[in-house]
Amino acid sequence: MNLSQVCLNHLNRVKSVSGHRETSSLGRQLEDIGFLPGETVSLLRRGFMGGEPLLVRIGTSTFALRQAEARLVELEENPL
Amino acid sequence: MSKATLHFIPSGPLVALLGNPNCGKTALFNLLTGSRQKVANYAGVTVERREGRLTLSHGLTLRVLDLPGVYSLYPRSLDERITCDVLMGQAAGEKRPDLVLCVLDATNLRRNLRLVLAAKRLGLPCIVLLNMSDVAQKLGLNIPIKALSEQLQLPVIATVGIQSHGVDALKAYLDQIDISNASSGASLNSPSRAALSGEEHNQLDNQKVKAILQSLQLDQAIPDPFSEKIDNVLLHPIAGPLILTAVLFLIFQAVFSWATVPMELIKSGFDGFGALVVQYCPDTWWRSLLVNGIVAGMGGVLVFLPQILILFFFILLLEESGYLPRAAFLLDRLMSVVGLSGRSFIPLLSSFACAIPGIMATRSISNTRDRIVTILIAPMMTCSARLPVYALLISAFIPQKTLALGVDFQGLVLFLLYLLGIVGAMGVAWVLKHFMNHRFAPTTLMMELPTYHTPRIKNLAIGLWQRCEIFLRRVGGVILLLTMSLWVLSSFPVPPMGASGPAIQYSFAGMLGQALAPLFEPIGFNWQISIALVPGMAAREVVVSSLATVYALSALGTQSVQALPALIAKSWSVATALSLLAWFVFAPQCLSTIAAVKRETGGWKIPLIMLAYLFALAYVASWITYRTSVYLGF
Repeated sequence: MNLSQVCLNHLNRVKSVSGHRETSSLGRQLEDIGFLPGETVSLLRRGFMGGEPLLVRIGTSTFALRQAEARLVELEENPL
Repeated sequence: MSKATLHFIPSGPLVALLGNPNCGKTALFNLLTGSRQKVANYAGVTVERREGRLTLSHGLTLRVLDLPGVYSLYPRSLDERITCDVLMGQAAGEKRPDLVLCVLDATNLRRNLRLVLAAKRLGLPCIVLLNMSDVAQKLGLNIPIKALSEQLQLPVIATVGIQSHGVDALKAYLDQIDISNASSGASLNSPSRAALSGEEHNQLDNQKVKAILQSLQLDQAIPDPFSEKIDNVLLHPIAGPLILTAVLFLIFQAVFSWATVPMELIKSGFDGFGALVVQYCPDTWWRSLLVNGIVAGMGGVLVFLPQILILFFFILLLEESGYLPRAAFLLDRLMSVVGLSGRSFIPLLSSFACAIPGIMATRSISNTRDRIVTILIAPMMTCSARLPVYALLISAFIPQKTLALGVDFQGLVLFLLYLLGIVGAMGVAWVLKHFMNHRFAPTTLMMELPTYHTPRIKNLAIGLWQRCEIFLRRVGGVILLLTMSLWVLSSFPVPPMGASGPAIQYSFAGMLGQALAPLFEPIGFNWQISIALVPGMAAREVVVSSLATVYALSALGTQSVQALPALIAKSWSVATALSLLAWFVFAPQCLSTIAAVKRETGGWKIPLIMLAYLFALAYVASWITYRTSVYLGF
């Protein structure tokens, strides 16, 4: 299950971030802004008509992400 | 010195402020240095460099550098690269800091601590500033400062960036230590590149931060109920966009209506001064230079200061409060239609004041393609320098009447011109989307929406003053020079004895205008307009004063800008006026913008593309406008 698939306002934990060491280094950027294994994350809001951008609470900060970015964040199976 | 360039580096210990974006770093910087700040650019790049001075109680003055905010020391965007280069002592014209003040957002320790560890590894003496400790306490986070300091093996000081005594503890600490020795005492070996790119460091840091937070019992998630409540309204799918539209409408209303009085004051001040000079000085060439050149030219430009300041006041207000990224969030979907992200909104909004700060603001866009497209379309946002041209033409050619629902016709035309620029920009972005997309990485968003803050008046005042200073420096420099050269070009050589036409026809400017006339004749411009367009390339707002100068020198005696609308209403056709309006919606940007684009993109390619496509677009738009108007019998 990844971050783009979860229900709104459920608390989850980050399992891993994929897309590492690829040319785009999107995964690395996500880690830099706090998407680290074990961190609590919840999806606060989807954009217009349930689409992009996604509003995500990670730890103690809030970020706007694209679907493609959220898809890289793999979550633990059971919500908290 | 291995390089050919020598940089003058001022004396005094250099202290750098390092931290994540939105950690309250700039508020701390303002507190530490007050009004003793200098905003310039880093050598070679258009990244704003903010330096201030702090005098310690024993008389030593420190130079304090506010580095651009970074999430890590793996740079992605231009301003992040600058931060890394400065810390490693590799930035041109910049010495390596003697001391790094690492600013930590106490409410977001996990992410912030990783940066501290990375900075510590660089071997620079570090002091950790635990900022926003008051907010953390309110959220129920009690951070044991002593234990944190022991864990990090660095001094930790609590600060509050929004209270006037929030940095007293830091100042007291800086008084005690010997800063110039602090650097020589610590290991100041130049760090190797390899040490910085290590994936292991990243993993190690994560584990270390986790361990620290666990041992201090700070390993828990904190909701932000206050911001979330506001976001429920401001980011609501229906209410959100409506509120944003209302906010933008209010800003533009304010820019036009609030500025009227101060603009009138500035204008009458210059007119009055010009009249005084005419009354008390003999009729010589230098009086003409003073009145027709300098006073008319400078006055014509300074008149926009109120509008620029009002627009920037609102931009700073939205930025300080945390609303600006929310606006970008709301617009992201709309912008993605033309292949841009919400991140481009902030630079484009700034471009309504002036394209240069707008282009500078693109440095926070990490995606190269997005950044270049944003730079390319920024000039189409109607900058305030175009406003006087619009105002002049509208007042001369568009009848003043009220349409249905009390809509002012002149106001409507002005609004349509703004809209035309936006539509044109979106069209160009859409075309570029299809030409460039495959060559660059897909657009990223990853934009932080910071906690809402009540804006601090002091921070707003400092920001506004810096904008004001930049504008005045421009007026006193390039614009003054241009106005004077235009006067010279329009006044010499003097007409031969017994010449019948107005003097300017025999001058260099007249010759140039007549040479350009064939090029602009198909779109309805006369030679006076052609002359005015030349200095208009250097600074757009000069077009009005140039027309004033050209017509003033064309006529006998001195005529001020005030008489200009009536004058051109008599001598131009409506088709010409409409064509000129269309020209200015798309016309190539002033030279300072081109220079900024060149610096920003590191070459001539992008500015040349920009110049060419804007010129072509403007010419085609004017040609269509002119021919259609003539056909319709205007």
